[in-house]
Amino acid sequence: MIKDSEKELEKKFQEKIDRGESIEPKDWMPERYRKQLIRMMGQHAHSEIVGMLPEGNWITRAPSLKRKAVLLAKVQDEAGHGLYIYSGTETLGISRDEMNSELLSGKAKYSSIFNYPTLSWADMGAIGWLVDGAAIINQTALAKCSYGPYARAMVRICKEENFHHKQGYEILATLMKGTEEQREMAQDAVNRFWWPSMMMFGPSDKNSPNSEELMRWKVKRFSNDELRQRFVDRTVPQAENIGIKIPDPALKWNEETRHYDFGEINWEEFYNVISGKGICNKERLQARNEAHDKGAWVREAALAYAKKQASQEFAA
Amino acid sequence: MNNEWPLWEVFTQKKSGLPFEHAGSLHAPDKEMALQNARDVYSRRNEATCIWVVETKNIVSSTPEDVGSFFEPSNDKIYRHPNFYKTPGAAFE
Repeated sequence: MIKDSEKELEKKFQEKIDRGESIEPKDWMPERYRKQLIRMMGQHAHSEIVGMLPEGNWITRAPSLKRKAVLLAKVQDEAGHGLYIYSGTETLGISRDEMNSELLSGKAKYSSIFNYPTLSWADMGAIGWLVDGAAIINQTALAKCSYGPYARAMVRICKEENFHHKQGYEILATLMKGTEEQREMAQDAVNRFWWPSMMMFGPSDKNSPNSEELMRWKVKRFSNDELRQRFVDRTVPQAENIGIKIPDPALKWNEETRHYDFGEINWEEFYNVISGKGICNKERLQARNEAHDKGAWVREAALAYAKKQASQEFAA
Repeated sequence: MNNEWPLWEVFTQKKSGLPFEHAGSLHAPDKEMALQNARDVYSRRNEATCIWVVETKNIVSSTPEDVGSFFEPSNDKIYRHPNFYKTPGAAFE
């Protein structure tokens, strides 16, 4: 059989994607497709892992045993989500160790939302409702992406995210039915998390350098701005329902487009946080490094034990 | 580092009677921990009543390059399908 040239392979690859078929780990793929997916999936997995930190901050101070159990379950889910995506990424030829060291050294990026502090209990509500709400919209789109292992991980994650989303909303709804002080607390949390959540969809379409290629490869199925609009349209009525105000004076229903119009994002803040100048960037990385270093003996002991067991099994 | 735990593939059975399905993979130092981790990672909501784990290096897979020649032999055997046969008048369903 004559080997196809690179051009030929690339053409077949694109045709396969255009037919709506999935790309699986052993299939031929352009180097750039592989690289882009490693970058995207790696960032996504890191975000799940770092995302445990702002919420972990409130586990010991949850207001009731029920809320504590729920928060623990949610944080455990985030760990699970990180693991699904890490193992999906490994099918592209990068090792877990490599990804882990990229996160620990600060070389790899993760979602900028997790570099904001969680100052009050209401933040657990705002994160579940807004941050997980935004994540669901992103991930539902990714569940149809062309790379099989990524899409499958997303299907699994989306099922679990709905619980995260609703429990967050319930926290805020409960606070909004409480005292004046509790209502203020809920509103304050939304004031702080609204814009960072809007930023989770990434730069606007006119400044999104990777988008065209990723859309052609069906890694992305919708543009950043489309998904952001979907988030706003879905979230505003939920806010109104419990009396929360969205902190955007430009927010207005547009009868003509049948969508909400909204104000401009502070892109300077967005790029600042991405480039490591957010409030908690240092703290998050430090916490990850500490956990990794302090857990080293456990990983080593488990491996030593496994080796010893294996050699005894062999001898017997 | 370079002390990575081996990679395992996880297969879960939702209910007895149903086939096992690939759930994903994970790292674990040995088979006991592979099973426990598989439960924690892939069945936090009763997604499984039974789990298989197997070290990834032991999986044998066909390759996409061979897809043509490997599966070709079944393409021209349409007589293996029931709709190949004419059964005038008789009820089979």
